[in-house]
Amino acid sequence: MKKVTFLLVLVLILSLALTACSAPAAEAPAGEEPAAEEPAAETEEVVFGVFEPLTGAYAAGGAMELEGIELAQELYPEVLGMPIRVVVVDNKSDKVESANAATKLVDQEKVNVVLGSWGSSFSMAAGPIVEEAGVPAIGTSCTNPLVTLGNDYYFRVTFIDSFQGVVMANYAYDVLGAEKVVIVQDISNDYAVGLAKFFKDEFVRLTGDEESIMSIANYNTGDQDFSAQLTNIKAMNPDAIFAPGGYSETAMLVKQAKELGLEAPFLGGDAWEAAEFLEIGGDAVNGVVFSTFFDAAAPLTPESEIFINAYREKYGEDPASVTALAYDAYILAIDAIERAGSTDPEAIRDALAETVGFDGAAGVVTLDANGDAIKNAVIKTVENGEFTYLTTISPK
Amino acid sequence: MSINTFFQHLSNGLALGSLYALIAIGYTMVYGILRLINFAHGEIFMISTYVVFYGVSMFYLPWWVSILVAILITGLLGIIVERAAYRPLRNSPRISVMISAIGASYLIQNLAIVIFGGRPKSFPIPDYFNTVIQVQGVSVPIVNFFIPVITLVALVVLIYIVEKTKTGMAMRAVSRDYETARLMGISVDNIVSITFGLGSMMAAIGGVMWGLKYPNLIPLIGTMPGLKAFIAAVIGGIGNIKGAVLGGFLLGMTEIMIIASLPDVTGYRDAFAFILLIGILIYKPSGLLGQDIGEKV
Repeated sequence: MKKVTFLLVLVLILSLALTACSAPAAEAPAGEEPAAEEPAAETEEVVFGVFEPLTGAYAAGGAMELEGIELAQELYPEVLGMPIRVVVVDNKSDKVESANAATKLVDQEKVNVVLGSWGSSFSMAAGPIVEEAGVPAIGTSCTNPLVTLGNDYYFRVTFIDSFQGVVMANYAYDVLGAEKVVIVQDISNDYAVGLAKFFKDEFVRLTGDEESIMSIANYNTGDQDFSAQLTNIKAMNPDAIFAPGGYSETAMLVKQAKELGLEAPFLGGDAWEAAEFLEIGGDAVNGVVFSTFFDAAAPLTPESEIFINAYREKYGEDPASVTALAYDAYILAIDAIERAGSTDPEAIRDALAETVGFDGAAGVVTLDANGDAIKNAVIKTVENGEFTYLTTISPK
Repeated sequence: MSINTFFQHLSNGLALGSLYALIAIGYTMVYGILRLINFAHGEIFMISTYVVFYGVSMFYLPWWVSILVAILITGLLGIIVERAAYRPLRNSPRISVMISAIGASYLIQNLAIVIFGGRPKSFPIPDYFNTVIQVQGVSVPIVNFFIPVITLVALVVLIYIVEKTKTGMAMRAVSRDYETARLMGISVDNIVSITFGLGSMMAAIGGVMWGLKYPNLIPLIGTMPGLKAFIAAVIGGIGNIKGAVLGGFLLGMTEIMIIASLPDVTGYRDAFAFILLIGILIYKPSGLLGQDIGEKV
C-alpha cells in the first residue's frame, strides 16, 4: 500500500513538472496580439540553445564562451521584434553528455538555433542530433574539420585545424628554424589528434623529411603525470615540441618539462588561451607560442571595438579569443534570422549557409561550402605571465 | 635507453608510487578496521586541496597554517561522513554500506562543483618547492624527495598507533568483532570515529603532496587518485598498511615503466592499472601481503 501511494505521488509530481515545462508555449496565443507591423511569428520569443562545458576538465572554456554569449545578449536582446531567450545546458566536458545536452535543447526546449561548443569532440557528438532535428548549429571555437564535414546543419565562426596546423608548422620551420620536432597529443581529444595530424603533414612537407617528426607521445584528458613521456622526449633532444591539448593538462605538461630540464620551446593551438593556463603553469609557461583567433590589441572590425569596449566595461579586463567567438556565434545567428526574415530553423539554416563578409568581433566571417569560416589566425606567446600578441597570419 | 634516462624514469616512478602509497594507507586502514571500502576517500582527499587553496588565497593564512587547518578540517569531514552515511547502516548488509559510500562520494563531489565552481584552481606552491635538484644528470623536483619520506613516516606512525597503543589495540579488537569488543568495554563508536579521522587526515596529507606536485585543482581531482589508491591497497592486500605502501610503489613504478618502454600504448595507462587489479583479484585475491582471515559470521 505504502509503495502504491509513493508511486502515485511520484507520478503526480512528474506530471506537474511536465505541465510546468510546456506551459509557456501553450498559453502563448492567449497573450497579447503581436503588433501588426511585425512579421508573422510562430512563437513569441526566439530561443537560442547553448551547450558548453561548464563543469569538468574544460569548465574554463565553457565559462569564457558563456561570458561572450551573455554580453551579446545584453547588447542585442531582440531579433525581428521578439525577445531572445538563451537556454544554457552543461555538457560536462563529456561526449555522451554533449549528445544528451543537444537532445535536450532540440527536443524539450525547441530551440531555433544551437550555439556551441568549446571543444570539437563535444560539437561532433551533438552534430548528428541537430542534423536529425533540422536545427542549425553554430560552432564557437570547435576547430576540428569533422564538426561540419558532411553535416548541412553545423556551421562555425572559427577557422579549422587544417589551417591552424599549417600556421604552426610554418612558424616552427620559418621562425624557430626547427628541423626535428616531437608531438605530444591528448589522444582522447579529437581536436588535439586532428591538429597534431595537420601539423605533422605540413611539417613533413616543409622539411621534405619523413623523420622530421621524431615521435608522437600520447596522454589522456585528465592525466596529471607526464614525467615518463617527457623523460623519453628529453632523451631525443628535439628542436621544438608541438603539444595540442587542453589548457590545464598542457600547463602541467610544460611545468613538468621545465622541471625535467627540457629546454625545447613548446608550440600549440587555441585551446591554451585560458587564465588557468597561466595560473597553473606559473613561470614555466613563459615563452610558449600558440595560434588563436583574436587579440584585443589588434581589433579586426568595427564590431571588435564594440565588443572589446563592452567587455572591458563589464569585466574590467581584456576578453579571450573564445569569448569573442561565442559572441560572434550569437550575433551571426541574429544576422541569419534577420536575413531569413523568419525564425524557422530551416530558413535560418539556409540563410547561414549564404553568409558572406559578416563583421564579427573576431574577424570577418565568410562561410565556405562546408560551413567553415575562412579567416585570419593570430599568433600569441606568454611573456611575464601574460598572453602577448605576436602576429596575424592570413589564409593563403 | 641511456642510464641517465633510466634513472630519471626510476625517480619519476618512485615519486608517483609513493604518492599512491600515501593515499592508499588511509584507504586500507579504514578497510582493515571496519571492512568498509570508503569510496568517499578520494573526495575527502579533494576537499583537503581546496581547503589549502582557500586558506592561502582567501584567508591569507601562511602556507603551513593552511596545511594544518586542511588536515584538521579533512579529519573532521571524515568523522562527519562516517556519522552521516555509515553509522546508521552499521548493522545493515555490507552492500548497503558500500552503496552509501558511493552516494557520499558523489554528494561531496557535486557539492564541491556547486561551491568551488567547475573552473580549475591553481594550488599555491611556495617557491621553495619549485626548486629542482640535479643528481648525476637526473632532475628531481624537491617535492619528489619529500613524498617518499612523508609516506614512510606516515607508515611508521600508523603502524605504531595500530600495534603499540591502547587505541590501536581497541581498533584491532573492533576489526575482529564489534559485539565482543563492546562487551570488553570498548566504545566502538569512538574507535570508528578515530579511525575515520586518522584515515581522512592521511588523505589530507596525500592531497597536499598531490597539490604540490600537480597543482591543477578541479572537483573531480580525487576520483582517479582514489581509484588508484584503491587498486594499490588491493594489490598489497586490502587492510594491510604495509601492503598498501608496497602496492602503491608497485603501481606507480609499473605505470611509469610501461609508458617509458611502450610509448605507443600510453593512452591505455589507466587501463593497465585496472587490468592489474583484475589480475590480482583473480590470482591472489588476498593481495601480496594480505592473509586470509575467515569471513566473520
